Amino acid sequence: MIDNYGSIIGEKEIIELKSIAEKLKGKKILNVNSTFKGGGVAEILNKMIPIMESMGINIKWDIIKGDADFYGVTKKFHNALHGVKENFSAEDFEIFLQTNNKNIEKINLDADIVFIHDPQPIALVNAKKNNGWFWRCHIDLTNSDEKVYNFLKQFISKYDACVFSSPYFSKTDIEIPQYLIFPSIDPMSDKNKELDDKLIEKVFFDFNIDIKRPIITQISRFDRLKDPIGVIKAYKMVKRHVDCQLVLAGGGADDDPEGAKVYEEVLEEKKDDPDIHILMLAQNDILINALQRGSTVILQKSLKEGFGLTISEALWKKKPVIASNVGGIRYQITHKYNGLLSNSIEGTAHYIKQLIENPEYAAYLALNGRNHVKENFLITRHIKEYMLMFLTEKNKDVIYF
Amino acid sequence: MSIFEFKKNIHLVRILNVKAVNIDELIAGLEKIPANSVYYHTHRFLKQHQSVSPEPPNDFAYWIEKALNMKKLSEIVASVNILEFGKLSELKRKYIEVIKENTTTYERQKKCAANEEFVFMGCNTFIVSTGQKAENLSEFYEKIKFIESNSIYFHIFESRLRLDSNINDFQSWMLENKYGKIAEEMGKWDPYNMTVENLRNKILNLIRKHI
Repeated sequence: MIDNYGSIIGEKEIIELKSIAEKLKGKKILNVNSTFKGGGVAEILNKMIPIMESMGINIKWDIIKGDADFYGVTKKFHNALHGVKENFSAEDFEIFLQTNNKNIEKINLDADIVFIHDPQPIALVNAKKNNGWFWRCHIDLTNSDEKVYNFLKQFISKYDACVFSSPYFSKTDIEIPQYLIFPSIDPMSDKNKELDDKLIEKVFFDFNIDIKRPIITQISRFDRLKDPIGVIKAYKMVKRHVDCQLVLAGGGADDDPEGAKVYEEVLEEKKDDPDIHILMLAQNDILINALQRGSTVILQKSLKEGFGLTISEALWKKKPVIASNVGGIRYQITHKYNGLLSNSIEGTAHYIKQLIENPEYAAYLALNGRNHVKENFLITRHIKEYMLMFLTEKNKDVIYF
Repeated sequence: MSIFEFKKNIHLVRILNVKAVNIDELIAGLEKIPANSVYYHTHRFLKQHQSVSPEPPNDFAYWIEKALNMKKLSEIVASVNILEFGKLSELKRKYIEVIKENTTTYERQKKCAANEEFVFMGCNTFIVSTGQKAENLSEFYEKIKFIESNSIYFHIFESRLRLDSNINDFQSWMLENKYGKIAEEMGKWDPYNMTVENLRNKILNLIRKHI
């Protein structure tokens, strides 16, 4: 399976990955999170584990189990760690601990390396012996509720190291080593693999979008933080000078009352412009892939963003991207080098015009973007860094293989 | 002749427990961090964008301009000639010195916006063999033609500072094997201002004159 990536990252990279994997042979690695399906952690583990197994690594994946009360508490933890005000009782913390303790009895935690993902199973570390324990935190802890953070900190300090997706997500009072490992995209997945031109054309034809005229696209759920209204306003500024179409495509918001409201607001802002296409889509990765590939310019005009992997997805497809200068987007785009960072609706409109009117410049940014993603945001890099972390030795900055 | 073994490095990035919201805190952070953090912040862009240099300036300069809007200071910090320093500790002192010399007490207290603070980072370095070796100058020339760019990066940039030496690995091997002229010529170059691929071509052009 790892060999399938050779045509993308090169055979030398594959050899390097295999040689690192070789050093993990004989070691048992166990991943633990709270679900096999749904959410970013499960998605990445589902892709990573078969690749690591294909390199001969003994890697397993288990989940903790809890009742509704436990998940009620962890949901509150999740919100509080994001800075949302929640009330906690002593019983909440007790439920959390008891469930983790019950799972300690059920899960075999004797692997050489135990890799815990997110807060739900964090207290399993109480079963730590002489094996290596690592904690992956996908949450931005900077505005976290002190009570919850201090409760979790007693467990964090027992780990050998922890991992964050952004340096801004970390806290300065964590005393164990903290690694920065960015999320990644899988270039072989339906969302990112190469598509036949005819399929792309058909998708646009089916949506009644003219693929021969410039298309500006933002892929994101209908959420105020993704600023879909701002996107339409920017498009309208551009439209006064340049012929173009706008595609706003996102997932269903049936279970999200605010999402439905935002969707209504977007339709209202669209008015009767036939060149604005608002697409409420069911989960369909091939469709998203085609929409990105057939577009002239990709936008991600978020007001707030965790990491925003849609940027890397677009850059991987050699598309010029204009994105807001917020959050993890700044790691994916260096302004005027491999994309454009905007701070306003006016700026976004200005850059859209630049890219549509200057296809050579757009192609230059897009090509740099593709190379940047290839070197920094593919799943193979992600796997490599996890393997290296498992192979780190205490107090050694330089390690000779 | 001695054998030259082509190696390369892989970095695993560490977040340090040090952040800065203004110049005062940047100076305090520089005082506190290990030398390898200075290496990380002055070479990260080079490593990440080695295929399409000229690269943006170092992280300190970039942050000073983007987060604090201090363009002149940014330019001065970016202009520090890394080649003049054989030791990272000396390079670190130089950054502290130029930042102090070019700011007033008032300027040093000007804060960046929320979520734009400078986060000090460092890295664990894993040094691995590429499996390629050269036993003489002709072989060296042939290997340079095709060796992965990361290996050239490692032997030119990282090994020099990691070993606290004034010369890079290629120069060192040339000197050891009585190719002083090649080493001397290489010593005149500023590799920070060219892409790794241009550097490869420059090395090839130079060696071609001697074989």
